[in-house]
Amino acid sequence: MANLIAGLIFIPILGALFVSVAPRNYARPVALGNTLITALFTLMLWRDFDPNAIGLQMVARHVWIPAIGAELLVGIDGLSLLLLLLTSLLFPFALLAQERGRAFCALMLVMQAALYGTFSAQNFILWFLFYEMSLVPAFLLIKIWGGPQRDRAATKFFLYTFLGSVAMLLAFLGIFLVRGTLDFAELAALGKGGGLLPGKLSWFAFAGIFLGLAVKVPLFPFHTWLPDAYEAAPTGVVMVLTGALSKMGVYGFIRLLLPLFPNELRIAGPWLLGLAVCSIIFSSLAAWAQSDLKRMVAYLSINHLGYCMLGLFAVGATTVVPAAEAEAQAALSGVFLQIFNHGLTAAALFYFVGLLEQRRGARGLHDFGGLMQRTPLLCGWMSVAMFSSLGLPGLNGFVGEFLIFKGSFALAAGYTAVAAVGLLITAIVFLRAMQALFSGPLTETCSTFPDLRPGEKWVVIPAALLMFAIGIYPQFVLNFLNTTVAQMARLLG
Amino acid sequence: MSGWIIAHLWLVPAVPLVVSLIILSLPDSQRKAAAGLAIGGQVVALICSLAAFAPTLSTPGYRVFHNFTWFTFGEQALRLGFVLDPLAAVMLVMITFVSLCIFVFSVGYMAADRNFGRFFAYLSFFSAAMLGVVIANSLLLLFICWELVGLASYLLIGFWIHKPSAAAAAKKAFVTTRIGDIGFFLGMLWLYGRSGTLLFYDGGNGALENTGLLSLGVSATFVALLIFCGAVGKSGQFPLHVWLPDAMEGPTPVSALIHAATMVAAGVFLVARVYPIFSLGAPVAGDAVPGGTTTSLVVVVWIGVVTALISALIALAQWDIKRILAYSTVSQLGLMMVSLGVGGVAAGIMHLLAHGFFKALLFLGSGSVIHGCHEEQDIRRMGGLRGPMPVTFLTYAVGMMALSGVPLFFAGAWTKEEILHATSLWTVSRAPHFLMLAGVVLTALYMTRQMIYVFFGQRHAAAERAHESPAVMTWPLTVLALCTVAFSVVLTPAWPWLHDYLSGERATADSGQLIQPILFVSLALVAAGIGLGVLIYRRAGVIDPVEQRLPWLFRFLENRMWLDELYDWTVLAAARFAARLSDALDRYFWDGLVRGFGVLGGSLGGLSKGFDERGINAAGDDASGMARGFGRLISARHSGQVQTYLGVLAVGLLALLLFYAWLT
Amino acid sequence: MTPTLQLFLVVAAALFCIGLLAALSRRHAIFILIGIEMMLAAAGINFIAFSRFAPQPAPPTGVMVTIFAIAIAAAEAAVGLALVIAVYRHYRTTNVDQMDELKG
Repeated sequence: MANLIAGLIFIPILGALFVSVAPRNYARPVALGNTLITALFTLMLWRDFDPNAIGLQMVARHVWIPAIGAELLVGIDGLSLLLLLLTSLLFPFALLAQERGRAFCALMLVMQAALYGTFSAQNFILWFLFYEMSLVPAFLLIKIWGGPQRDRAATKFFLYTFLGSVAMLLAFLGIFLVRGTLDFAELAALGKGGGLLPGKLSWFAFAGIFLGLAVKVPLFPFHTWLPDAYEAAPTGVVMVLTGALSKMGVYGFIRLLLPLFPNELRIAGPWLLGLAVCSIIFSSLAAWAQSDLKRMVAYLSINHLGYCMLGLFAVGATTVVPAAEAEAQAALSGVFLQIFNHGLTAAALFYFVGLLEQRRGARGLHDFGGLMQRTPLLCGWMSVAMFSSLGLPGLNGFVGEFLIFKGSFALAAGYTAVAAVGLLITAIVFLRAMQALFSGPLTETCSTFPDLRPGEKWVVIPAALLMFAIGIYPQFVLNFLNTTVAQMARLLG
Repeated sequence: MSGWIIAHLWLVPAVPLVVSLIILSLPDSQRKAAAGLAIGGQVVALICSLAAFAPTLSTPGYRVFHNFTWFTFGEQALRLGFVLDPLAAVMLVMITFVSLCIFVFSVGYMAADRNFGRFFAYLSFFSAAMLGVVIANSLLLLFICWELVGLASYLLIGFWIHKPSAAAAAKKAFVTTRIGDIGFFLGMLWLYGRSGTLLFYDGGNGALENTGLLSLGVSATFVALLIFCGAVGKSGQFPLHVWLPDAMEGPTPVSALIHAATMVAAGVFLVARVYPIFSLGAPVAGDAVPGGTTTSLVVVVWIGVVTALISALIALAQWDIKRILAYSTVSQLGLMMVSLGVGGVAAGIMHLLAHGFFKALLFLGSGSVIHGCHEEQDIRRMGGLRGPMPVTFLTYAVGMMALSGVPLFFAGAWTKEEILHATSLWTVSRAPHFLMLAGVVLTALYMTRQMIYVFFGQRHAAAERAHESPAVMTWPLTVLALCTVAFSVVLTPAWPWLHDYLSGERATADSGQLIQPILFVSLALVAAGIGLGVLIYRRAGVIDPVEQRLPWLFRFLENRMWLDELYDWTVLAAARFAARLSDALDRYFWDGLVRGFGVLGGSLGGLSKGFDERGINAAGDDASGMARGFGRLISARHSGQVQTYLGVLAVGLLALLLFYAWLT
Repeated sequence: MTPTLQLFLVVAAALFCIGLLAALSRRHAIFILIGIEMMLAAAGINFIAFSRFAPQPAPPTGVMVTIFAIAIAAAEAAVGLALVIAVYRHYRTTNVDQMDELKG
């Protein structure tokens, strides 16, 4: 079983090597084939995953460098499986989003391997290795194939996230020196009572890890690298950045910060909730003020991850509330679903923006107009993604947001009530975009647009159908999450 | 059949929904199939509704529900369900019937539109969503369908998407109702957190049953008010009513659907559905007994009063035939809210049903007028249409009299009386009662004005070539007009069948109850309204008589009390400013901080570089320079002459010897 | 006149001085070489003298060193002459004043 996980990590790397020596024209098909193999592997993981078993499954453990606490330890629980599935889902679409050469495909595959590693590693050193490994291809992909501002954006992205990682690494060094282990499960068990580290050291470690993850997610006010990076990155890369890479931060919060520092979270809780609410409100407002579609979607991406943070911090900041465990289950389920939903929907939105940009050569809100008359299919499916993102019931966004709000309203009513305003602003932003893009008389410059091509339909329609599927019957995703959720809620409750 | 339908109640909304999906997947050219499918779906839904309606007649207080698990999260389950009770049953029948009439009418009205098929798909979807609202046995399911109703209205109001005004109106409708929905959403979360379930009825454990209500406690007021926010948005109550008149940008059948059967009815229905939460803690419980009240109900009453009066006044000064009707809808919805607020739940719902019939009639009639006048909507350019459009005129007159509340034969009159009766019994204040009486006069007045402008007087430009609409459009009008009259039979106080059916009692006929004192008051007020209207408007020209006398007042009302502008300058301006501010904050402040750090790092690097170059490197340079100079000095002493070296050696030797000698 | 150590030492010193003078003042490389040989010879006389006048019985250290010195002097003369020839071939002169390649 564990071979499957190792396979997931190594197949993309082998694929990257293969792609880089393959003939130029075959690069993308080979890379696509590779992602299909990994997708198959993930599906097999899903099949073999026991949804009722408690704890990690398919664990593989080998000695690596005992002196620094490094172990080759991989395993998955419901959350890891969810993220592996998301990664497998996104990459084929991201590769289909543009026609590029060998180096591009190879770097994408390296990034995929890093993501698989991040989401399945259960030892800090190994996790951190993959966590940082994803940064390099992302940097190069933006720097080489990005838009006009690519140099600045790539450097900012790299330095900012790297700085956060350094802080996190220092914090874990401290933990290792005191506790002598870097195994996630052991650390979580040690942290349960709140006594992972003594006194001030604990706060330093908390701050370091928080900083590293907050930059990655990103959480207000550490988010300013994101609009620049997303704006500059090519479509396929930005799909992966928002769909999977930003989830590494959320994943880190769930795996590391929540179980390791319950006391600190409780004390800093009101502030953190405030940051999450600021994330939600300010980014949605900023999205309203954007005239560049890609930047707009980028800001909404911050907004949607803000809901995840709200749910997590509400759970972490819980003081004694009757039935807090039940509410924590709701919030965590919501966060998990939202992770997946945001990955799917935001990637789809960026894909659509990419399609528009390809056709028009620009992506300002006012470069388009009256598209509904010319390209009804494109507009229709894009509307599905937009409505999913603004949380319309029947589509995937609603289920996750409802559960997050349900949990966090019971745990932190005031913050949640303010955050609900974000739902309204998101709706305004999307409707404004729809009005500008789809309605009105057909603009001269858009009058020759082709509607969705067959190849594009292969991306759009499965993604949209998946949105409907999760929105109408989320049980098939929740099935393998429930045990993990219950376990985590108990750990935190 | 009935039993099967009750067990599969979800079929009623599912049929139009599936129909709508099928139509969407049809090619554009399949116009007949699209219309046929939509109407067929609606007929099926109507039959199902009637089949479900039948058994509810047998037992007073009939209620059947089916709950199921939607999904599980953690160790909990989220359950949804469907409920069939008198409230749901009558709404089902009304919605499917009125929708059917509107669908048929649309076949004629939209005949020339190139997106004919899509229109019917949206209509079906709209009706499906509304049917879902009605049969939901869970506040969450209701909210889901509620939002889908919002989506459908968005799609339909913006149906003529090439018109920028239509797109703007659609956006406004969606956003404005969503403001209310945020409140609804929070109220729902609060309710869920308190009672642990969102099911209305669950064999004693539902949120509207004893245990659920008990666990609410004092938070019931807040929950009720938050949920009411949703109703305010959807039902176009003040201050969120601004979207409803703009929604006239959609095709007229859509307006009819929104105003009669679906969208706006949802808000009133919602309040009626969760009424136990509103009335929780009232001194006298129960919906049939006016008098007992709570804070939340008082709010409902006053919002209703303000809405009813404001919009009736605005309706007096509008020129667009559909806008007048739109404001009249807002006004009537206010009246229904008042009725619910003072405790007359059954009366409010009865008025909702009656209103559904006659408002659909009026809107379809106005659609027929617009169609006949070649898409002209300004009543100043009509006039004298009773000649060329007799069927439309007669049916419109029925609708007008029902709306104004002309007693005895029209559905609206009985229900209005019932409401006035309920308000008169309200213990908190008598003011709503009198204000509503004033509202009756205003209603009669603006409807008379509209009738005179459209159907009487001399013909103006648009009426010159007016023609009667085809049979596919006049038949629905006739059917609805007949229904409006026939419906009044079950509404009379002599045989208050519907009232008692809704409040779960057995109806008894008592002809002595037919003539109530309020009937005379009502008669007098309606007569006054119509008489006043005839008096004022009988010679009305292009300039309104009121405008001649009181131009400032007319301007004030014509511009909708400048409420839109007020919102634009305050709320919207503030929101836009906030948006621009957060963008600027992001670009300059937060990013500035980051860039500041960057500059700081850069300058530290520069400093370090300077120190290296000027400090460390300079010392090395100096030292090596000195060494080189010394070397040059020494090397100058090297003549290259072997003998010089030898000589030096000899001298050195001598010196050593001398040193040795000196030592010994 | 009995041969005394001082006599030998005076002779050796004289010889050394003559050799030194020759090495310093002559311009011809071969004469310089000869001067150096003379100084070596003076050193050899000193070794023999100290060896002869040391308290008896003495190990034949002085003799042995002198024999070595003579052998080395021979080898050195050979090398020196070879160098002189090589220098001559290169510069077409043996005048050391004209050879200042080592000049700093």
